[in-house]
Amino acid sequence: MSDGWLLGRLLVATWETIYMVATSTFFSYLFGLPLGVILVVTARGHIMENSVVNRVLGWIINATRSIPFIIFLILIIPITRLLVGTYIGTVASIVPLTLAAIPFVARLVETSLKEIDWGLIEAALSMGANSWTIITKVLLPEAKPSLLLGVAITTISLVGYSAMAGIVGGGGLGTLAYYYGYQRYENTIMWATVIVLIIIVQGVQLLGEKLAQKASKNRG
Amino acid sequence: MIEIKNLTKIYTASGQKIVALDKVSLTVNKGEIFGIIGLSGAGKSTLVRCINMLEKPTAGSIMVNGQEITALKKDELRAVRQKIGMIFQHFNLLSSRTVFDNIMFPLEIAKVPRKDAVRRTRELLELVGLADKADVYPAQLSGGQKQRVGIARALANNPKLLLSDEATSALDPQTTRSILQLIRDINRQFNLTVLLITHDMNVIKEVCDRVAVIDDSRIVEVGDVMSVFTAPASPTARSFVNSVLNREVPTELLHRSSAVNGQVHTRLVRVAFIGSSAGEPIISSLIRKFNVDANILYGNIDRIKDTPFGNLTLELIGQPRALQEALAYLQNRGLEIEVLNDV
Repeated sequence: MSDGWLLGRLLVATWETIYMVATSTFFSYLFGLPLGVILVVTARGHIMENSVVNRVLGWIINATRSIPFIIFLILIIPITRLLVGTYIGTVASIVPLTLAAIPFVARLVETSLKEIDWGLIEAALSMGANSWTIITKVLLPEAKPSLLLGVAITTISLVGYSAMAGIVGGGGLGTLAYYYGYQRYENTIMWATVIVLIIIVQGVQLLGEKLAQKASKNRG
Repeated sequence: MIEIKNLTKIYTASGQKIVALDKVSLTVNKGEIFGIIGLSGAGKSTLVRCINMLEKPTAGSIMVNGQEITALKKDELRAVRQKIGMIFQHFNLLSSRTVFDNIMFPLEIAKVPRKDAVRRTRELLELVGLADKADVYPAQLSGGQKQRVGIARALANNPKLLLSDEATSALDPQTTRSILQLIRDINRQFNLTVLLITHDMNVIKEVCDRVAVIDDSRIVEVGDVMSVFTAPASPTARSFVNSVLNREVPTELLHRSSAVNGQVHTRLVRVAFIGSSAGEPIISSLIRKFNVDANILYGNIDRIKDTPFGNLTLELIGQPRALQEALAYLQNRGLEIEVLNDV
């Protein structure tokens, strides 16, 4: 095994991880962001109070979140197969990663939006704003810095989950570390993947903080 | 402009019923500045929020500009709200928007074409004296400047009514005065009806035409600010008036006057001078006409909105008959008289 081979393998695995994490982060926000918004606005006393929707949604989210990811991964294999035709490989792991992250994102979004001072919503209501305007022009823009930090947290969590998916053939750095590093006692590969993971996580956190800072600039 | 009848609001919190407003009835005339004063928890915040239905009343009727607003459908209510401006104690400006975009927000909500909205926003910035702060974020403004933005925003859709929820309570006295001045200016300039709530009698004194005193969920007194100040009828109103005018006579003085109560009689009298009567030399003519002596214990002169208003506490000493005549004389001059140590 040459150094060139190692480097090539590492680059491919890194790219796979980035691809899996980026895609599942995107899809988990596509579904999780609206769910988080619904959780907030249907809560008691909020602009679209609806206790049935709120309770059912909250229950589903809690139920999904209580399943350990490694079990969830196996549990939803039929769904994964249905959606992408296979349950092995990089593309296939995007399905469980996304599905597991959606309830997580929904709760993060909920927390961010709940921080907003009710006075701002009241002010918008007093101007005759409808619920859609309040969501898109008050809640989301005001919570932007906090939402961006949430994206960083989600991405980092997904880096960890993607490694777990790697163990069951999901591809990426997890697969590399498991098959070569662990099962074949290739310490170099083990350490190389760990270092790359650390760099990715640090990079994401730094980027998230920078973006959040930029968004909250001038806000005091 | 506003006609409230038997407005009741009951909150239910963990099985317990809390009455926030108890059969409140009130009329606010077009073009006036009407103040509602009360201690915190008296229900004034709930009352002002019922007028644009931020709080849903439990019972009663609210007419705004001849329209019953408690029975409106959602979209009708939104249309009505666009014509009722509101300002808040903590300003409630969007931190993600510049001053300019904050003022333009209600125009966006009302779907005003962008070109007109921009022009109107510039106008409003001029009106509140913040033309140079258009591109600044609220966090970079002082409290007074924030409230000016709040006022500009509230006026954006040319409302006929402005609701003010403790708009000056978070400001220092000097800034409070300048914001109140601005409220008076816009009240005159646009014949805007203003309903404000406050716990500060100074606010009532400086801008209001009429005042309602709310205590324990009920209106206990309504009247012209001048008459409430000169002759408060309820204990709550009296304590509010005393909070800004020094009307209390020290108890030693009250005791002293009764102690010298032998052959000569003494009376402690508070005289309120309003407007032009503040200029007349009534004490010297009193002494000349009747056989009484006058001892000035306390006096001050103040201003209620635009009218000078004086307050004088006198000790009158003389024979009972002379004292009676002297008091009758003062009353006939149209002065507000209050005898503090009734015999």
